[in-house]
Amino acid sequence: MAKILIPTPLRQFTDGKDTVEVSGANIGEVLNALTTSVHPSLRNNLFTPEGKLRSFVNIYVNDEDIRYLDKDATEVKDSDTISIVPSIAGGR
Amino acid sequence: MSTTAAPATSLTNEEILRYSRHLILPEVGMEGQIKLKNAKILLVGTGGLGAPMALYLAAAGVGTIGLVDFDVVDRTNLQRQVIHGTSDVGKPKIVSAEESIAEINPNVRIIKHEVALTSENALDIIKDYDLVADGTDNFPTRYLVNDACVLLKKPNVYGSIFRFEGQSSIFATEDGPCYRCLYPEPPPPGLVPSCAEGGVLGILPGVIGLIQATEVVKLILGNGEPLIGRLLLYDALNMKFRELKLRKNPECPVCGTNPTVTQLIDYQQFCGVAPTAETAKAESTVIEIEPTEVKAKLDRGDQFVLIDVREPHEWDIARIEGAKLIPLGDVPKRLNELNPDDEIVMHCKGGVRSAKAVGILQEAGFKNVLNMKGGILAWSDKVDPSVPKY
Repeated sequence: MAKILIPTPLRQFTDGKDTVEVSGANIGEVLNALTTSVHPSLRNNLFTPEGKLRSFVNIYVNDEDIRYLDKDATEVKDSDTISIVPSIAGGR
Repeated sequence: MSTTAAPATSLTNEEILRYSRHLILPEVGMEGQIKLKNAKILLVGTGGLGAPMALYLAAAGVGTIGLVDFDVVDRTNLQRQVIHGTSDVGKPKIVSAEESIAEINPNVRIIKHEVALTSENALDIIKDYDLVADGTDNFPTRYLVNDACVLLKKPNVYGSIFRFEGQSSIFATEDGPCYRCLYPEPPPPGLVPSCAEGGVLGILPGVIGLIQATEVVKLILGNGEPLIGRLLLYDALNMKFRELKLRKNPECPVCGTNPTVTQLIDYQQFCGVAPTAETAKAESTVIEIEPTEVKAKLDRGDQFVLIDVREPHEWDIARIEGAKLIPLGDVPKRLNELNPDDEIVMHCKGGVRSAKAVGILQEAGFKNVLNMKGGILAWSDKVDPSVPKY
């Protein structure tokens, strides 16, 4: 199962967990499993009602952005680390 | 600001002594220190990130530092904004910052811009500087700084923080990506809490601000491997640094091959902060009650229920006698604890979360629900000053 790193702002939707392990052959399957059966309350924060990944959330497989790989179809291996990186604006 | 002064070609004896530890580094040396002396950098914000940046860049000998801030020092700033001290509370941040910088290094020329950075003034303010370091705290200003830097071709040394986590990168260099390549659009308002709502570890902006300061100095010196095309992530709780690849997006609306944003836009509107007819309508259906009125009701022994929708750790800091705690996130699943026929007053810290809670109850058919205006902060101001503000 691939390891998904959950960023601080989204941990309130994963019972405080900073990593979650989910199986799936590609990013689409992994994120779908994460946001339906594992932590359904994440869904609204990662996807628009139309099911599109929100544009202030980036997904990386290891250190590469899936927008520059195969997007949803990006293959995921058990040894991969998936990062969810939402934008944050704090500075004060 | 005057930019006509001829660049410095030497250091005074005082400067040579002051910068001794730089001068004996071959990577800096006389040449590098003179570059620092001639550098003009703009710090947007003198808060959590701006404070350590300003202090260290001044100490390092950056010759001209512009500061943009229109805020006043507040006691809650002192936990992390180390450029301001206890005696500065109530003072404009820009004045307090100037005094601290002058004490650390009187050789630094400080240019104060005591304004909010806007689409109208940003290009004019930024154009005279070599580079910008972004230490703001909101999405509209971050997109504004990014777009202005891309349009003016000024590198933007970026940092942002949330709770225990920080990000840093360099945007808007000639061939590198910009903030919009990373995040094309901001989150809708309310989905990502600010530091004021979410809290922030006081040391975190020190770490991220000094990563920004390091990159500023490297860009000025033209030395080392700058944080361009890389997004650095820092997790203070787990003490982990990670690095992700960041690419220039050819379809980026501002720095791509066919840009659609060729001048500054309305960033409040872009970030959805400007009120729309829909949100204004939603807000208008929430009826407010003054804290003094709530106090009178309690004193009279009126039949009503006072609900505090803050988090348990906030309840531990301060609470109103007679209130019942139901955190906002739990309200939908704990509706059965409330009676739709009762009069219900809801409060939080400042009145925003309780307004959302009132909306949830109204949607569930509760008719007689009020929002206490200004939350427990207003209660402390207007009813009971013994309740601490936080």
